[in-house]
Amino acid sequence: MRVLVRPAQYVALACYIVFLGFPLLWLVSASVKSSAELNSLVVNLLPQEWHWNNYAEALARQGLVSSAGNSAIVALVSTALVILIALPASYVLARLKGAIRAAGVGWILVSQVFPVILVVLPLFLILRTIGLTDSLLGLILVHTTYTMPFALWMLQGYVAAIPVDLEEAGAMDGGSRLVVLRRIVFPLLAPGVVATAMFSFVSSWNEFFFALVLLQSPENYTLPITLSTFIGGEGKVALGPLAAGSVLAAIPSIVFFSIMQKKLTGGLLAGAVKG
Amino acid sequence: MTAVTSPRPPTPASRPGRRRGPSGLDRARRREAAALVMPSLLPILVLSVAPLLMGVLLAFTDAELVRQPDYQFVGADNFTRLAGNSLFWDSFRIGMTWAIAVTLLQLVAALGLALLLNSGLRLQSLTRVLALIPWAMPPVVVAIMWKMIYSPNAGPLNAFLGSLGLPDDINWLADFSTALPAVIVVGVWVGMPQTTVTLLAGLQQIPPELNEAASMDGAGAWRRFWAVTMPSLRPIVTSITSLNFIWNFNSFSLVYVLTEGGPGGRTMLPMLFTYLEAFKNRNIGYAAAMGVVLVVVVVLLLAVYLRSQFRDDRAEKKG
Repeated sequence: MRVLVRPAQYVALACYIVFLGFPLLWLVSASVKSSAELNSLVVNLLPQEWHWNNYAEALARQGLVSSAGNSAIVALVSTALVILIALPASYVLARLKGAIRAAGVGWILVSQVFPVILVVLPLFLILRTIGLTDSLLGLILVHTTYTMPFALWMLQGYVAAIPVDLEEAGAMDGGSRLVVLRRIVFPLLAPGVVATAMFSFVSSWNEFFFALVLLQSPENYTLPITLSTFIGGEGKVALGPLAAGSVLAAIPSIVFFSIMQKKLTGGLLAGAVKG
Repeated sequence: MTAVTSPRPPTPASRPGRRRGPSGLDRARRREAAALVMPSLLPILVLSVAPLLMGVLLAFTDAELVRQPDYQFVGADNFTRLAGNSLFWDSFRIGMTWAIAVTLLQLVAALGLALLLNSGLRLQSLTRVLALIPWAMPPVVVAIMWKMIYSPNAGPLNAFLGSLGLPDDINWLADFSTALPAVIVVGVWVGMPQTTVTLLAGLQQIPPELNEAASMDGAGAWRRFWAVTMPSLRPIVTSITSLNFIWNFNSFSLVYVLTEGGPGGRTMLPMLFTYLEAFKNRNIGYAAAMGVVLVVVVVLLLAVYLRSQFRDDRAEKKG
C-alpha cells in the first residue's frame, strides 16, 4: 500500500503541473511561431523555426507601447498614492483600539466583496461631473481607492508586528510622536511597504474593468484594454504578435509576484480567521 | 495578529512636565489619529461609499446615460419590470451555475494540490511557482491565452483530442453546449492558486502530533484526512469558499474577453448583462436595479451558507 502511494502522488502532481503550466508554455511558444505555422493544422509545442520577430512586431504595433506607458503611469502614481495615504492610516488601525479599528477592519473586509457593478455606474457619473472620465487621473484615483483596503490590511499587519515597547522607549528618550514614527517605525516597516507597493502596482497594472468603463479614447487606453481590442476583429489579428504582447504584459506582474510570494502566503485569510 | 497590539499602559501620572491631564492627552491623541486617517478616508467616502449609496438610489430612477441627465423617481418600477425580464433571469441562472461550479471545482482542485504540496514530494518549488503565476497574470492575458488553447483549428486541445482519435473540430468557445464548461475551466485555472496558498497555510498550522496520534490509533490516510485534517481546516474552507463564491459571482474581465457573453448568451454572466444594459443600452437606472438585486441575492445566499456552517460547528462541538 505504502509503495503505491508515492507514485500515485507524483502522477497527481504531474497532472497539476501540466494543467497549470501547459497554457503558459503554449502562450510563450506561440509568441515565437510564425503566422503561417500558427494558422496551419500541424500543431507542435516547439516552433519549427524561432520567429523572434513577433516581439518586434508587437512593439511596433499601433498603441501597444504608448498604452504600456499609460499603464505604467497609472500603476506607479496610484501605488505612490496608496502608500502615502495608507501608511499613516494603517498605523492608527494597528495601534489604536475601539470604534475606529473595528470600523476600519469591517470596511476592509466588506471591500473585498464590494459589488463593483453597482458602484461603477454612479462612479462614472461622479467622475464625469468633475471631468475625470476618459482621463488617466480619474483612473489613478479609482485604482488608489480600490487598492487601498488590501494595502491597509497588509500594512497594519506589519505595524502590529512592531513591538509597542520600542516606540515607548523612543518616546522616553524625548522623541516626539513624529520623530518616533520617522526614526523607529518607518524603517522597520520598509520591507512591508515594499511588498505592499508591489501588490498595489500589480493590481493596477492588471486592472481591466474600471479602465474599460472609464477610458474612451485609444490614446488613453491602458495595456489590458489595448490587448483586448486586438482580439476583437478575429480575422485581422496576427496571433504571433498578440501572444508576444501578452507575454510582455504579464512579465512585470509575474516578476513582482514571485518576489513577494512569501509575504502573500497566508494572505488575507490567515489574519482574518485568526484575528 | 491582534494579540501583538496589547492595550497601551495608562500614562503614568507622575510623568513630569505634563500640564495636560489624561483626558486632554486622549483628545490630542484622538485628533492626531483622525488627522492620520483622514487622507485615506476621503477618497473612500467620495469614490466608494458615496457611489454605493447613489447606486442604490439610482435603482429607483429612470436615469439614462446621456449628457444632460433628467432623473425621475419611479419607485419600484425598475424592479417590477426586472421581475418579468426573462433574459435577466437566464443570465442570473448562468451566473449561479458559473459561480457555484467554479467555486466547488476550485476548492476540490486546490485542496488536492495543497495536500500534495504538504506531503514532502520533490518538484515542490516548481509547482509552487506554477501555482502562483495564474494569480499574478492580467486577466486579459489569461483570456487571450485560453482563446489560443481552445482555438478550433490550430489549438492544442483539439490537436490532442485528434491524436487520441476523438473528435477534433469542436469550437469550444462558440458551441452552445461547450462554451460555459470551457469558461468554467478557465475560471478554475485562475482562481485555484489563491485557494491553494490559503489552504496550504491552513494545513501547515495543523500540529503534526494530531496526525501522529491518529496514526498510532491505527487510522489510515483516508480516515486521518476526514477525522483530523478536514475538521481543522474547516474555518479556512468556509471563509475561502465564501470569498471565492463572491469573487466568482462578481467576475467580469475573464469572460468578457473570452466570449463577450456569447454564443447566444450562453456565457452571459449577470455582471456582463448589467454592464451592457448600462453602457450599451444606456439605461443606468434599470442597470442599477439589476445590481441591487444581485447584491441582495448574494448577501442572502451567503448568510444562509454561513449560518448553516456555524450551526454545524456548534453541533459538532456539543456532540
